[in-house]
Amino acid sequence: MSAEWYAVILATLGCYAAKLAGHSVPQRFLDKPLVHEISDALPIALLMALVAVQTFAVGQTLQVDARFAGLAAAVVALMLRAPFLVVVIVAAGVAAAFRAVGWAA
Amino acid sequence: MSLTGSDPGIHWHVERRGILVNALSVGLATAAYGVSFGAISVTGGLTVLQTQVLSVFMFTGGSQFALVGVLIAGGGGASAVATSVLLGVRNAFYGLTMAPVLRVTGVRRMVAAQLTIDESTAMAVSRSVEHDDGRASRLAFWSTGLSVFVCWNLATLAGALGAGALGDPRVWGLDAAIPAGFIALVWPRLRDRRSWTIGLCAAAVALALTPFLRPGIPVLVTAVVAVVAGVLAVHQKALA
Repeated sequence: MSAEWYAVILATLGCYAAKLAGHSVPQRFLDKPLVHEISDALPIALLMALVAVQTFAVGQTLQVDARFAGLAAAVVALMLRAPFLVVVIVAAGVAAAFRAVGWAA
Repeated sequence: MSLTGSDPGIHWHVERRGILVNALSVGLATAAYGVSFGAISVTGGLTVLQTQVLSVFMFTGGSQFALVGVLIAGGGGASAVATSVLLGVRNAFYGLTMAPVLRVTGVRRMVAAQLTIDESTAMAVSRSVEHDDGRASRLAFWSTGLSVFVCWNLATLAGALGAGALGDPRVWGLDAAIPAGFIALVWPRLRDRRSWTIGLCAAAVALALTPFLRPGIPVLVTAVVAVVAGVLAVHQKALA
């Protein structure tokens, strides 16, 4: 079995375990202010870290390329309240255009 | 809100239709990003089957995007799994909220757990859990969960099959679609100065660590930012 399959299966089990835990454990185990605050902050921190790394990193080096133009376009689309698919398509389109014109790698 | 004096049967009929229409619209809205997920996953190198397994069995968009994103970036399986599962932790809290409303056991509880995601929980908590013993809230949970499940999976399949025809992802700017997907996922959570501070700190930490650690690890380390933010928030509330 490939490494991708291991990752897919393990992550799927982990995510389901989290879902089931919420329905199964007694309220008092999870219902604490600190646990709530951390769980609110966790998706924000991880998703913004993913935004940054996926925009600027190539392996272990950082570079500004067409992806940054795409991200900027995505932010503008979000500020205009565009739906998800439009945001993604606009970002891809702008990045592709920057490359086609030769403004960015 | 209860309409005292009116026929409760008619009232429920109207409310029920509203809940089902909302469930369908939320399902159709998530289909849009199911297509993006399917396309990104397959152009990034996962098979159509792996992509579909994620949508059926993992069924939580942020974690699916994270797993695929970290794998595509060469982050290795371990950090991809860890990032994905950490993002899924919030569903545990949704379950905590829904369990007293749903009151299910056995197989029904296992199905309810699988359908416990952002959308189903949000629609359920927007309905009264007291009126009529929370029946509107329960209907909102189940109908939204099932609607999103069906739409999300059909959309994933369409995106995954369609992506094969595209060829080189960079020409189409699909590598820029990944960060755009993540910013769109986090956007509704960036409500105030606090959330922006957490997000920008995490982004800065991840970039600062990128030259020194294997791909995938820097993102994982930013979980520490969330822990620090949580501790600070609890302290501030204790002082207030």
